[in-house]
Amino acid sequence: MPLIPMVKWLLAWRYFLKRPISYLAVAAVSMCVFIVIVVMTVMSGLVREFKAKNHAFVGDCVIETDSLVGFGYYEEFLSRLQEQSFVEAVSPVAKGIGMAVIPQITGEQNIGIEINGIDPAAHSRTTNFASILHYTKNNVERVFSPSYDPELAGCVVGVDVIPYRRQADGSYYYWQQPVPVQIVVSSFPLNLKGGLLRSLDLVSTKTFYYSDDVHSGLVRVDGNAVFIPLEQAQVLFGMDTPFARISAIHIRFKEGTPVPIGTARVRALWQAHVQSCKGRPGADLLDGVRVQTWQENRRSIIAPMEKEETMMTMLFLMLGVITVFIIFVVLYMIVAHKSKDIGILKSIGLNMADILMIFLVFSVFIGSIGSLVGSVGGAVFLYNINDIEDWLYAHYHWQLWNREVYAIGDIPNQLQPELILSVFGAAIAACVVGALVPGVRAARMKPVQSLQVNQL
Amino acid sequence: MIKALNIAKSYRMGKAKLEVLRGVNFAVEKGQFAAIVGASGSGKSTLLHILGALDQPDSGVVYFENEPLNQFKRSRLNRYRNKTVGFVFQFYHLLDELTVLENVLAPAMASVGTIGWIRVKNKMTRRAKGLLEQFGLSERLVHKPYELSGGERQRTALARALINEPALLLADEPTGNLDSKTGHGILEVLSSLNRQGQTIIMVTHDERIAAGANRTIRLVDGKAVG
Repeated sequence: MPLIPMVKWLLAWRYFLKRPISYLAVAAVSMCVFIVIVVMTVMSGLVREFKAKNHAFVGDCVIETDSLVGFGYYEEFLSRLQEQSFVEAVSPVAKGIGMAVIPQITGEQNIGIEINGIDPAAHSRTTNFASILHYTKNNVERVFSPSYDPELAGCVVGVDVIPYRRQADGSYYYWQQPVPVQIVVSSFPLNLKGGLLRSLDLVSTKTFYYSDDVHSGLVRVDGNAVFIPLEQAQVLFGMDTPFARISAIHIRFKEGTPVPIGTARVRALWQAHVQSCKGRPGADLLDGVRVQTWQENRRSIIAPMEKEETMMTMLFLMLGVITVFIIFVVLYMIVAHKSKDIGILKSIGLNMADILMIFLVFSVFIGSIGSLVGSVGGAVFLYNINDIEDWLYAHYHWQLWNREVYAIGDIPNQLQPELILSVFGAAIAACVVGALVPGVRAARMKPVQSLQVNQL
Repeated sequence: MIKALNIAKSYRMGKAKLEVLRGVNFAVEKGQFAAIVGASGSGKSTLLHILGALDQPDSGVVYFENEPLNQFKRSRLNRYRNKTVGFVFQFYHLLDELTVLENVLAPAMASVGTIGWIRVKNKMTRRAKGLLEQFGLSERLVHKPYELSGGERQRTALARALINEPALLLADEPTGNLDSKTGHGILEVLSSLNRQGQTIIMVTHDERIAAGANRTIRLVDGKAVG
């Protein structure tokens, strides 16, 4: 038996070429494909970029406690970690909440901040800290020494902490050199039990001087973070007594170490460390410490964006259903118009499967040509999307995302071959599904009845 | 060659049952040119469709070369329609999307797969062109059916019916939609084919056209006479 009679291809192609409604179907498919490719590329680009920024900002693995008291006995664990062949760098961090006043800029008004005490060199080896600095990118050792007076205690602030610097196009205003701005930082020193450390002077306050900015692209960091030397943070939080404590250890693995595997090894080391510290004063603080991959650590920040992406995917599945319906209607109309042809084809020996195949092949033509047009259109649009947005902003002051609100640079437009392939395949599959019912209806027509139908 | 045995067929018209064929019996031998004649609505076309396996009788059996069609599997029936019989319809029934040459080649394409078609394409195209030349259509190969006259369309349909060299040609009122001069031209073509050995069964309501055949079967009250 013939598997693919030539007449099927020929007829499917001619139906495609000769019926104006085919072009409408192609236009509908290509528009769906265009929209899906553009939106999914931008959306997945944003999520990917966001994840990459988070990964770079925290390193591969984080040992952290939520307790503001922190945990001790970290020096010996840092030494043990540094001995491991899979560990590239480690950075202890003392984190806490506090308030900042910038008298020269905001007067007496205070702002809530997240204080990060770091060793800048170690932190730069572990995370992207050095690369997100502005003035001391290449001299991170001097990051806490203000260029205008190296003797003063310097601090690094998130680029949005000092207000009024973000411009309408999303860029920031930078001075040629850091300006001598005081930043008065206050926090609450806590004892091992979590109570206030000093009964009279409840708040630790220290004046720092603006020495650099970090621009991480992460809203919470850029808007709230203040980086100061580790030892000074420990004093502010009361983590210097009765023994030194920190809040987190960030770890970067050697190239080629899978993050989950590296993290599992760190977890095993940590458990052994906790065991070895049992019975020592404050050892119970180690119980609340988690060892997490960067993804686990940043889950609460990443998850909403991933959910948005999933929601988008669901919405586009609905778009797929619309495509199926469009193809269904088009094919249904063509079958109604072509009843006589179906009778003729059966009279010359084509079987039901052959007839069905004509309409499926026809739908594949619609799907593949529609997808091709939509993909090329989408690729061209994405390639120019930032220029288009710039042009719209220059002429009409319109932005897709208001850069004064959103910490987004360029709109992500990197095409993902796997996305294009899956959209391409899904569009063709949707067309085939849409063609199934009309195709089966055509195949089941009785030849005599079909031949008696006058062609519309 | 082909034998109809007690063929009965009825249609429902609302609550009424219209018995069109009530036990038709006849046989046509190889090389004959038989005309089935009857009044309008007598069931001539229905009978022809049953002979060509386009329709099924309510009862009775059609034998082709002593094999009952009702025992044929679906694939064998498709092959029967493709290879064994060739149909010519009153309203030509050409595919508007295909050219004259492609219409003639359609049954040949349907009988082989795409790969097989590559093998036989040249041979079948030569045969199709030969038939079209024989029927005076060699200048019309790339024309679409709607660009042809009625006579040209019917000759194209005739060439299509003959492309696979069928043992039996079934013609349903082949001149019914043509003026008398063109109709006679078609009838001459059929007679000429019959003289070359082609078995033909033709349905017509026109006695003058039936006279061109060498045997007449009359359908009277749903039965065959003659």
